[in-house]
Amino acid sequence: MKSIAYRVTGIAVPGAVYWPGPMSALSQNRWEHFPHEADMGVRGVGRSLPEAFEQAALALMHVITDPSRVAPRATVDIECDAPDAEFLLVEWLNALIYEMATRHMVFGDFSVKIDGTHLRAAARGETMDPRRHEAAVEAKGATLTALHVGRDPDGLWRAECVVDV
Amino acid sequence: MDLNLFQQTDEYRFEVAPHGRMRVPAVIYASRALVEAMDAKVYQQLTNVATLPGIVEAAYAMPDAHWGYGFPIGGVAAFDADSGGVVSAGGVGFDISCGVRTLRTGLTRADVEAEKQALADMLYYKIPAGLGSTGAIRLGHEEMDAMLAGGARWAVARGYGEHADLARIEEYGCMPGAQPECVSDQAKKRQRDEMGTLGSGNHYLEVQEVVEIFDAPAAASYGLKAGDIVVSIHCGSRGLGHQIGTEFLKRMAIAAPQHGIELPDRELACAPLRSALGQEYLGAMRAGINCALANRQILTHLTRQAFAQVLPRANLRLLYDVSHNTCKEEEHRVGGVARRLYVHRKGATRAFGPGHPDVPEDLREAGQPVLIGGSMGTASYVLAGSGTAMERSFGSACHGAGRAMSRHQAYRQWKGRQIIDALAARGIVIRSPSSRGVAEEAPGAYKDVTAVVDAADAAGLARKVARLTPVICIKG
Repeated sequence: MKSIAYRVTGIAVPGAVYWPGPMSALSQNRWEHFPHEADMGVRGVGRSLPEAFEQAALALMHVITDPSRVAPRATVDIECDAPDAEFLLVEWLNALIYEMATRHMVFGDFSVKIDGTHLRAAARGETMDPRRHEAAVEAKGATLTALHVGRDPDGLWRAECVVDV
Repeated sequence: MDLNLFQQTDEYRFEVAPHGRMRVPAVIYASRALVEAMDAKVYQQLTNVATLPGIVEAAYAMPDAHWGYGFPIGGVAAFDADSGGVVSAGGVGFDISCGVRTLRTGLTRADVEAEKQALADMLYYKIPAGLGSTGAIRLGHEEMDAMLAGGARWAVARGYGEHADLARIEEYGCMPGAQPECVSDQAKKRQRDEMGTLGSGNHYLEVQEVVEIFDAPAAASYGLKAGDIVVSIHCGSRGLGHQIGTEFLKRMAIAAPQHGIELPDRELACAPLRSALGQEYLGAMRAGINCALANRQILTHLTRQAFAQVLPRANLRLLYDVSHNTCKEEEHRVGGVARRLYVHRKGATRAFGPGHPDVPEDLREAGQPVLIGGSMGTASYVLAGSGTAMERSFGSACHGAGRAMSRHQAYRQWKGRQIIDALAARGIVIRSPSSRGVAEEAPGAYKDVTAVVDAADAAGLARKVARLTPVICIKG
């Protein structure tokens, strides 16, 4: 576990702790959690904006359950629009929360396409089974707190915000 | 937090004078130790709230304040519509009207002890808890709207609970001014099968023992004595409230410039009370309050059914029901003048003092019961609203312990089984669908609720009446 300085909407938070997920061997794509006092920050990092959004969705799923235990039995198509890329991240995560809540599903795999401020995605998963998925907590909504979408100096895209649980 | 940021005006009051764009001071009620332990973001969020249009007197933080969304959790702010005041979706929060109700049972610890495991099993069987759980009630379009307009009154009319319960709920069980037509179809769809469910996270149903009485007359008025068994239910407006919060937060953040509002933080998303969007939110948010009141009422009915199966001698009567995440229009005296204000309480409890007309008549002399939730292993408290809170915090007090540790820190530190076994050794029975959820909610992940309650008492926000400790906890 590494401890590094982390910035939240312009406020330096020294000593914040990352909880990194597994990094793909083939790419630099990864998901992470970052701490919020009562809730949880989700972060997706990817070589492209859509890949960062896919990773952020995986980070969201890891708040709820272990997505590697979710079988891709059904696909839910999701489309959303927003005024800018940051609101689009919030829309995307909230769309997933909504689909999970109303379909009683959990997701484990995502593919995202972004055209300007329009997002089209496929979320693959299955009906929630409390015995197999052992959910920790349900997500109430993605928030505008610590919301950031942008490209880092290393060229990787980063998409992150705090999720209320 | 650095105490040098504040002027300490008395032992439990810390003030930041208006500076920059702040329109009013920011005030924290807490002990020095609690303020020092608070996250620096409480300072920033509270001073941000003080910049909002139409804010009256001060932006207040309660002793349990911590980093929230726009508003700190434990934040209180009142706005005057006549002065361009706003209503903030961020200032109410996602879980609209999340709150606590406490029921007296007529039983003592000795009555329950032998049946503890059976009662835990029956409560766990009856109360849908955790992610993906659904209630037995399916609401069609018309019934959904009737529920959103009627709150706990709707629930009682449908046979969930007793008419006498209503007198012991804020707004007598039904928030006026709810407009179901302002609630989106998506929010209603999210609630379709979630009525009478507990949810997850920090939500719980606890069977508790009254272990200490601090204020004998108030305790007598509330019908509490040492050794009594009570039941406390902590939950909110479920998916419907979350969806309302999500939708209006975005709409208010995007519309703020059109309303001439410069937001220091997008999460402070708000709209003028006298705007179409502000009114639409009030209509939807009040419907969300009714959803929470109806939900806790149905859970009360299920709790009564569980007790009737295991301990038929039990007679569950509602002590009181408080809501934590609300914006309510109330009358307060400011500078000796009565004004109608829109009081936001985000993770704060209404705490009206003795004699207040909105406190049920039979409790009025003691003041409104203020129910403070703890964690699975620590204590909960019953407080009474104080007259001084009316002057100091628009009649508001703290709502709980507040987290000391993030969820994933807790998950790394503890295993669910380890927590359940440690609590069992202390005589506390836990039932939960999620071992990871129990670990994330470990008692050690929370601040010391006693320090918070002592500060609220010493700051004059509410008076300590009774301390409760858990016997059984059904954790979502």
